[in-house]
Amino acid sequence: MSVPATVTGVTTEAVPKSRRIPWWAFLAAVPGVLLLLAVLELVTGANDLASSGTLMATFIATTPIMLAGLGGLWSERAGVVNIGLEGMMILGTYGAGYFGYHYGAWAAVVGAIGMGMLGGLLHAIATVIFGVDHIISGVAINIIALGAVQYLASLTFVGLPGGGSTQSPKIPDVPTITFDGLSDKLLEIEKDDTFFVSQVAALLRALCTNLSFLVIISFLLLVVTWYVLWRTSFGLRLRSCGESPAAAESLGVHVLRYKFVAVLVSGGLAGLGGGVLAMVASSNYRDGQTGGRGYIGLAAMIFGNWRPGGLLMGSGLFGYTETLGLRRGGESVRALLLAAAILAIAAALLQIYRGSRVTGAVMLGMGVLLGVTYFLIDEVPGDFTRMTPYVITLVVLAFASQRLRMPAADGQVYRKGSAG
Amino acid sequence: MTPRMTKFVLALSAPALALVAAFLITSLVLAAAGDPVLDVWSQILSMPERRNVANIIDNATVLYLSGLAAAIGFRMNLFNIGVDGQYRVAAFTAAVVAGEAWLPGYLNTALAVVCAMAVGALWAGIAGILRATRGVSEVISTIMLNAIATALVAYLLRKAAVRVEGSNAIGTKKIPESSRIPNISIGDGPGQEIYGFVILAVVAGFLYWFVLNKTVFGFDLRATGRSTTAATASGIKITRMVVFAMLISGAVAGLVGLPILFGDSYQYGSTFQSGLGFAGIAIALLGRNHPIGVAIGALLFAFLNEQSNPLQILVGVSPDIVAITQGVIVLAVVISYEVVRRTGVRLEQQAVARALEHERTDREGVPA
Repeated sequence: MSVPATVTGVTTEAVPKSRRIPWWAFLAAVPGVLLLLAVLELVTGANDLASSGTLMATFIATTPIMLAGLGGLWSERAGVVNIGLEGMMILGTYGAGYFGYHYGAWAAVVGAIGMGMLGGLLHAIATVIFGVDHIISGVAINIIALGAVQYLASLTFVGLPGGGSTQSPKIPDVPTITFDGLSDKLLEIEKDDTFFVSQVAALLRALCTNLSFLVIISFLLLVVTWYVLWRTSFGLRLRSCGESPAAAESLGVHVLRYKFVAVLVSGGLAGLGGGVLAMVASSNYRDGQTGGRGYIGLAAMIFGNWRPGGLLMGSGLFGYTETLGLRRGGESVRALLLAAAILAIAAALLQIYRGSRVTGAVMLGMGVLLGVTYFLIDEVPGDFTRMTPYVITLVVLAFASQRLRMPAADGQVYRKGSAG
Repeated sequence: MTPRMTKFVLALSAPALALVAAFLITSLVLAAAGDPVLDVWSQILSMPERRNVANIIDNATVLYLSGLAAAIGFRMNLFNIGVDGQYRVAAFTAAVVAGEAWLPGYLNTALAVVCAMAVGALWAGIAGILRATRGVSEVISTIMLNAIATALVAYLLRKAAVRVEGSNAIGTKKIPESSRIPNISIGDGPGQEIYGFVILAVVAGFLYWFVLNKTVFGFDLRATGRSTTAATASGIKITRMVVFAMLISGAVAGLVGLPILFGDSYQYGSTFQSGLGFAGIAIALLGRNHPIGVAIGALLFAFLNEQSNPLQILVGVSPDIVAITQGVIVLAVVISYEVVRRTGVRLEQQAVARALEHERTDREGVPA
């Protein structure tokens, strides 16, 4: 990350054009995943894999992770690694708690973004102006943010009704949308348990029942990010700062200004992610609420190859496994083990067919191990459910890291005038 | 000033600058929040009592080991963010091994320490191997491993645990008295004892210095950290160095929880101290990865932790304020080192320009 991959002798090459996943594939993936889940429910007898309740909770769990990842995307596309996302999210949860209690729901949103941006400002000053190593600055920001929030919480929440040094009073939520008639109809269809139809109904029901405005806004932000970064000249310049700042500067791009803005936006998005955690996923600020989701967001972004579509897939995967962990997860995760085993074995065969025997053998071994585990146990213990997203990330990174291509100058300190 | 002198002054001015900045920013935060600035500082900067000194040394011992673990990685440009997970997995292992007491007395202790180091190394080694063979950034993989460690230890603790008498907390079996490391007394009152492990921490610090500065392996490690291309050119196998550095860093990280385990809690429970890993990273940065610098950093952090404890009772301010101070110190240290480095470069350039100018006038005999 801060050290180019060539350090280890492993070179990362650009993804060949034919491998680039077209945008419509993401739309096609939705029915595909639903079909897979339907088959799994049929085969394993687990019935909570794609219920509307699970999917609703998944949307809520995905949103903060995705926002943190979006924050990472903005700053890393401009060449600034942002480990401080976790800290900025923590600041966001406090911002939502404080401003939400005193001034209402939408003020909470603004407060969360503002507090996150403060963290971003600190990171921008340290990395862009003073040229501090990005990871060091990020670690420092995480320490400062945690301390600051705990200090501020005992300063401002103690003595308020329901508040204390580790939590804020209850804060109002932004409105949610429900289409009553449609929702009930879909619930009937879902209850019928028709293969695949019931899963589609569940998805539609999740989309039109108690859907928070914040969730909608967050998904819009993903689209806006894609448009701004990949379809405007502003975005092109911003990304050029992450690829080759010297070249960008020689063409008249004000590199430091772009980096600064990108890190500020990054902080705001991470802060909003914290706000969603406090308002939608919960109903007040709580100490330790982020639980490492800033790091997970960063992992989701890397998982998604520094692209918005991939980021969405990554955060969706994390959100989904997190949700399963909360809802009678043992049985559901056990069902997923079967799917993972089959996928791993299929991938292994493909690898062996393509000629990479070692990778194939390792994958095959893992697949068989997963399959055996599936048949040996009745339920995955809760602690293992909780570790699932992290293990998945590690495995994906281990097998796909050669395909990933981060911005060429990501993590490098740039000083004005380096273009000569 | 001679160049050597300039260098010395510059090297000292950076941490001094950072401390001043941290002091000012913390004061600003306190003032903005309407808390009594002077009272807070007079408590924090008051003379610690003997009992507090013992606590500071204990805390610093643990932080020092954590700082050393991070520093080993830093010397090779590896960010071992995973000290946090490594020390928890290792301390749990040590607690189980020592609690089972397969061997008598101190043999049991030695076995537990070796097991802890091995497990810590193994846990860090996963990240090292992923980095060396698959090019996975160690920053991300160690963060993932931290989270996995949390869940894994929680699961294993539930399996191996016995209920602590009189509470809901669970923990491993207590270590038998004969295997505990005796505390060293620094006074004659109660609580005036420090961990016997302090000595092992000092030894670890010496070994760190010796291995890095006086052995071929240490040279290779530092060379790789400075420039991978130069290191490759001189025949150093980079991938092997990456794995070794992570293994050693993890082994030292395995020691972090042991002073507490063998000198205080005698078991690993759900309330075992967490978050020591990230403090270690900050301390390594503060001490510039130098064994003595890290020790000073550890003492400073431990001092702030201990002195801020009674703030809530005495002046009604949350002790979390020192976390802000500590974070600002880290950031300020790095910033001021950079500023000082730039100043140093500029001074050197000026000196060289002057020298060249002299040479020219000497040769041509005409002042410019």
